[in-house]
Amino acid sequence: MKTRSLALLFVLGLVVIAGGLLLPQWMSYLFTIAMGKGLVVLGLVLLMRAGLVSFGQGLYYCVGAYVAGMLTQFVGVTDILVIMLASVAVSVAIAAIIGLLLCRYREIFFAMFSMAFSMILYGLLVRNQFLGSTDGFNVANPSLLGWTPGAEASSDLVLIVAVCLVIVLGAVAWRYLKSLSGYAGEAVRENEIRLEYLGGSVFRVVYVKYIIAAALAAIGGTITALVSGHVDPEMAYWTTSGEFVFIALMGGTAHVAAPIVAAVLFEALRTYAFAVSPYTWQMILGFALLAIILFMPSGLWSLVERFQNKKARKTS
Amino acid sequence: MKQLLAILVDGSVYASWLFIISAGLTLIYGVMRILNMSHGSFYALGAYSGAAMVGWYFSTGSVPWFSFVALIAAALVAGISVGLLVERGLLRFMYGRDEVVMILVTYGVLLIMEDAIKLIWGVEPYFAYQPYTLLGRTKFAGLSFANYDFMLIGVSILIGLALWYGLNRTRNGKLLRVVIHDREIASALGINVARIFTITFLIGAGIGSLAGALTAPGLSVVPGMGIEVIVLAFAVVVIGGLGSITGALVGALIVGMARAAAVHLYPDVELFVIYAVMGLVLAFRPQGLFAVANARKI
Repeated sequence: MKTRSLALLFVLGLVVIAGGLLLPQWMSYLFTIAMGKGLVVLGLVLLMRAGLVSFGQGLYYCVGAYVAGMLTQFVGVTDILVIMLASVAVSVAIAAIIGLLLCRYREIFFAMFSMAFSMILYGLLVRNQFLGSTDGFNVANPSLLGWTPGAEASSDLVLIVAVCLVIVLGAVAWRYLKSLSGYAGEAVRENEIRLEYLGGSVFRVVYVKYIIAAALAAIGGTITALVSGHVDPEMAYWTTSGEFVFIALMGGTAHVAAPIVAAVLFEALRTYAFAVSPYTWQMILGFALLAIILFMPSGLWSLVERFQNKKARKTS
Repeated sequence: MKQLLAILVDGSVYASWLFIISAGLTLIYGVMRILNMSHGSFYALGAYSGAAMVGWYFSTGSVPWFSFVALIAAALVAGISVGLLVERGLLRFMYGRDEVVMILVTYGVLLIMEDAIKLIWGVEPYFAYQPYTLLGRTKFAGLSFANYDFMLIGVSILIGLALWYGLNRTRNGKLLRVVIHDREIASALGINVARIFTITFLIGAGIGSLAGALTAPGLSVVPGMGIEVIVLAFAVVVIGGLGSITGALVGALIVGMARAAAVHLYPDVELFVIYAVMGLVLAFRPQGLFAVANARKI
């Protein structure tokens, strides 16, 4: 990546963090949640570029959140970096096992089985009294390298860490998509047999993407757990995963920034829909989903591309 | 011994309930290649309209036995008319798209229907226990069973037979099987595929709402019931092989028995066991037990 784009990203990060901190409490809270979800959806988009739609990212989202919760509440570890690493490690371990089974499947089978695995976790959690059953449990405030912010500043800490993670991981994902393994994903979507003929391993491409997506989902879950101070089994329920697919579709898969932007828009849309009519917000989302599928199949990012194309045509 | 009997009876009741729900889902998938996420909402729709109708029927003080007719008629009318709206108004513009896209489309329909149901019937639970208590209970080997549950088994067998007869012994059923086998050749032979699709969706939606109506007397009808049900139905049809009615039957039996055993022996794993069974079956038969093998396209 060029030095100029790196500098641009750095400035963008500073601006977003400053903006996030200046927002009223409830807005910066929603923004942080959106950052978390954006990371989950980023993982989902990596899979979707390989033609795989997972209806079970809630599994790793929930695992990440519960690991964070259990570490702060029962072990007493509050350092946000340690928690992140632990969440990712646990998720990757689980994904490495489940992936062996799941990565043999495609299309709706992949979608349904990933959903089934997240429902297994849900089924186990709602029956677990120690982990608070359907109510879940509270998560203690995080710290960073020995610095423990008060209850007020705690959400600011999570916001800063979340934005930094989104920018760093987004840049890494962008670079990854330009790599051989990244392009191989598109080859899987287009034609698996040709990829095999070229000497690539379809299974390995899908497996690696699945594990990356799991790690990203775990980070997203950890962010959500730490900023909301609470976890519950609903995070593994299939409607949560459905929400991620919704966001992915809304943004489109053309660019790594699309899921992040879409997550922010989604949270705004949902909050607005809920405030306007608490009983029909799902209905509004449903109509929005249908409208996107019907009129904008490549997501909102296609608007950006259309704009760029127009500009390119003018200059030439 | 007593526990075994309880498991067997509970398992059969649960299996027949699962079969009624899954039959519609698997039929729609078999013909239209649409994995209908909104199937659970049709189930909820049937439950709500049935329960509301039964409540109204008993408030008029008419002959109690006809409440079954009212229950089923209300659900079928609601299910088929909404099904017609969804298929003609939305799905027919989407045919030929990716199967995954169709999942998302029906997911959108699910979101809309969930709230539409809340708008019409509110968020308070509905009860339609009258038909359930009307049939009484049977004492057998020291255990007490609700006769209503036995009726459920009977109805599921009837639905299974009707579907089997319709598909294998009637002219329209044969046309349907041609469409299942190869959609393009079917339309080349002059079969009106669009009409077959509409009819299939209506039958599927009808069976889905019927399942809801038949369940309604046994429990309280609450918002979100369709969302819970859909993942169970997925597990059943996936075990049996998507698109296969026989598969749905076997899948329902497997899941029903497994769950009943779990409930009686080790209740903590109730939900877990269903998906564990599913994982086990798929580890050995990746396409499900009764699915037809698909040629790999190059």
